[in-house]
Amino acid sequence: MDNIAGSKPALVWAVHISAALLVALWLFPTLGLLVSSFRTGDQISGSGWWQALSTQEAQLPAIRLKGEEVQKDGAFVIEGNLFDGRTSTISRWGINSRDPNAFAAGESTTLPDGPTLTLQEDGAFALSSTSTMAEMRMPRVFATATTPPEFTLQNYNNVLFQPKAGQGVGQAFLNTLTVSIPATIIPILIAAFAAYALAWMEFPGRALLVAAVVGLLVVPLQLALIPLLQFHNSIGIGKGYLGVWLAHTGFGLPLAIYLLRNYMAGLPRDIIENAKVDGATDFQIFTRIILPLSFPALASFAIFQFLWTWNDLLVALVFLGSGDDQMVLTGTLLNLMGSRGGDWEILSASAFVSIAVPLAVFFLMQKYLVRGLLAGSVK
Amino acid sequence: MHPAFQAILTIVIGVGGCIGYFYFSNLFLDKVLFPARGENAGRNINRANMIRPWLFLLPAMIALGLYLTYPVFATLKLSLFDKSGENFVGLGNYAQMMTEAKFWEAMRSNALWLVVVPALSTAFGLLAAQLTDRIWWGNIAKSLIFMPMAISFVGASVIWKLIYDTRPTGQAQIGLLNHIWMQFDGGWGSVLLLRVLPAVLLAGFAALMGWLAWLLIRALMADRAGGFWLRIGRLAGAAISALIGLVAVIWAFGAATANLPYGAPQQWLTIPFWNNFFLMAVLIWIQTGFAMVILSAALRGVPEDTIEAAILDGANAFQIFFKIKVPQIMGTIVVVWTTITIVVLKVFDIVRAMTNGQWGTQVLANYMYDKLFTASDWGVGSASAMVIMLLVTPILVWNVYNARKEMR
Repeated sequence: MDNIAGSKPALVWAVHISAALLVALWLFPTLGLLVSSFRTGDQISGSGWWQALSTQEAQLPAIRLKGEEVQKDGAFVIEGNLFDGRTSTISRWGINSRDPNAFAAGESTTLPDGPTLTLQEDGAFALSSTSTMAEMRMPRVFATATTPPEFTLQNYNNVLFQPKAGQGVGQAFLNTLTVSIPATIIPILIAAFAAYALAWMEFPGRALLVAAVVGLLVVPLQLALIPLLQFHNSIGIGKGYLGVWLAHTGFGLPLAIYLLRNYMAGLPRDIIENAKVDGATDFQIFTRIILPLSFPALASFAIFQFLWTWNDLLVALVFLGSGDDQMVLTGTLLNLMGSRGGDWEILSASAFVSIAVPLAVFFLMQKYLVRGLLAGSVK
Repeated sequence: MHPAFQAILTIVIGVGGCIGYFYFSNLFLDKVLFPARGENAGRNINRANMIRPWLFLLPAMIALGLYLTYPVFATLKLSLFDKSGENFVGLGNYAQMMTEAKFWEAMRSNALWLVVVPALSTAFGLLAAQLTDRIWWGNIAKSLIFMPMAISFVGASVIWKLIYDTRPTGQAQIGLLNHIWMQFDGGWGSVLLLRVLPAVLLAGFAALMGWLAWLLIRALMADRAGGFWLRIGRLAGAAISALIGLVAVIWAFGAATANLPYGAPQQWLTIPFWNNFFLMAVLIWIQTGFAMVILSAALRGVPEDTIEAAILDGANAFQIFFKIKVPQIMGTIVVVWTTITIVVLKVFDIVRAMTNGQWGTQVLANYMYDKLFTASDWGVGSASAMVIMLLVTPILVWNVYNARKEMR
């Protein structure tokens, strides 16, 4: 139908281009972090991530020469390469920071304390002197070089398996999993029974309860923090996983009941009445008929709750302790932003570890997520 | 005990406990309390069926009561007591809060968030829904725009902090925004893009608001039969849109005459007032996907024949969109708007992660967190939580009202 109005080619092109621009705008921020997480710290601070795919010329940070001294033709020589294994091409170089571009590749210079330094295009250097250089402080070289695109998995290796204190992303990953799986599963059953009662059982006060659930959907959980912390302390749970699971269960229930009730109320009345006529009890109807039929709604809610508990910061900050065995990913990330805000190689890899699971769930289960959103767009 | 083991145990106990509770309580009801046999069989069945719903509801009602209803009243009570929660101070906490500059700063930024984020998210969502609805790669485009919904607020903050990153003058800028900013040199291109374009856009927006206010006033004049509340609503709507329009005019002048510091890298998150907008961008980026999904479904639900009729009457694509489609999905737009409004009222993670409320970016939820857990002042903290509750209440009432209307 719309194609009548959209038959003008110019308009069609305008639509394609605007849509592409919009998508690019929405994709670029994430892409930037993803690309950065595969670059070394020097690369990240040396050039923007959008230049990561092209060969580029940049001034490298100072490199101190090192190598074994050998005697050759009566002279003392140290040979080596500035770049161990990497392929960069040097254009200009220098020996102090005031004039980092003093010499071209292949040229030689005499250092202030005697030796002669030659630096080739590929980074090979030769330091030669008439006397031994064993006692000499090795010179630093400033080089401007073109470096081809290069990516590394080192950042992920570092944050996951060799964490420094307080950066235990691997441990935080497990902690987050520990928080979110029980907090996703437990509310489902409780909510399903309640939703069945609200959808298919007749009793006084039903409408009032449904209204109450709708109201509770929007109650900010900020109000619940102190009273519940007091309550947990008074019954001896204190700060810990049990408290988080209970809190997430309580906070997730209104949405669960609302989604499931709406879905169940839409199931065909005939099936349920036939079952009743055949002598099925409410319990049997629920477990044998309603629960299997409600699978799409159950899946929708499970995805919501999982994303919500995985991504949550506030509940974890308040109800969990701050030890290494209780820090979740969002909390760890928050600490990293505070303490190592400039170390983008750590920050970006950590962030991507925390984003990876929700993104996978999102792309695999998008159908259910959209369905759930359309059914209960309130939370 | 290892937490992972504890988690598995909890799942088993939780799920097993639930199933056990429901199974045995039903069994108890049917076999022991009101058995469906003997002389009172019929009466017993009826009684059992009166009690059964409450068996089904009990666990949920306990959880909801304890974890959501009780805290509202407990927080209300705490807000009337002093720091330690022992001495009654009446409205003292609220009075003290009103004297704090930080509180008013939080209220001001929250007000800004409440206007800008739902408006722009809904607008971008509507645009994305309309653009992607009729192209062949629309579903891929939708997926990608929707994707930020899955990213945590903290993760999104890291992503955007990289965009806002600043390096000293002379070094390569690794933040995208500063990189773009450094391309502007004050030449005619800069003037066109940074002065003329924003000024024209803002002026256009102001004109739109003025037009809306005029429409509402005209409706108010013409429709004398309208109910009292309708008239009040129209008057308020006209006043608000006129006010927003006025602000837009002032900003348009500001944009046209601003003295921009070309060539110097900017610390975006420390620029007073405007840094709020850089934080809002994060939430808009996340919420647009949500708005797009809901509005796209609504757009597809618009009856074909109304569009056909409009085409036959010679309407162009823009007229079809604004005069046929948008009015028919107004209800959905309101739902999207209110849903995002609630998210905005609770926004905490983004501000916590990016500025922690410094440089004039404090918001209510972060103010409350600071009071509760940094200053350990439960009285004032609870009072600010009650302010958030108070702001949510109109939406709560509206949602309940609509739900009850649907139930009938």
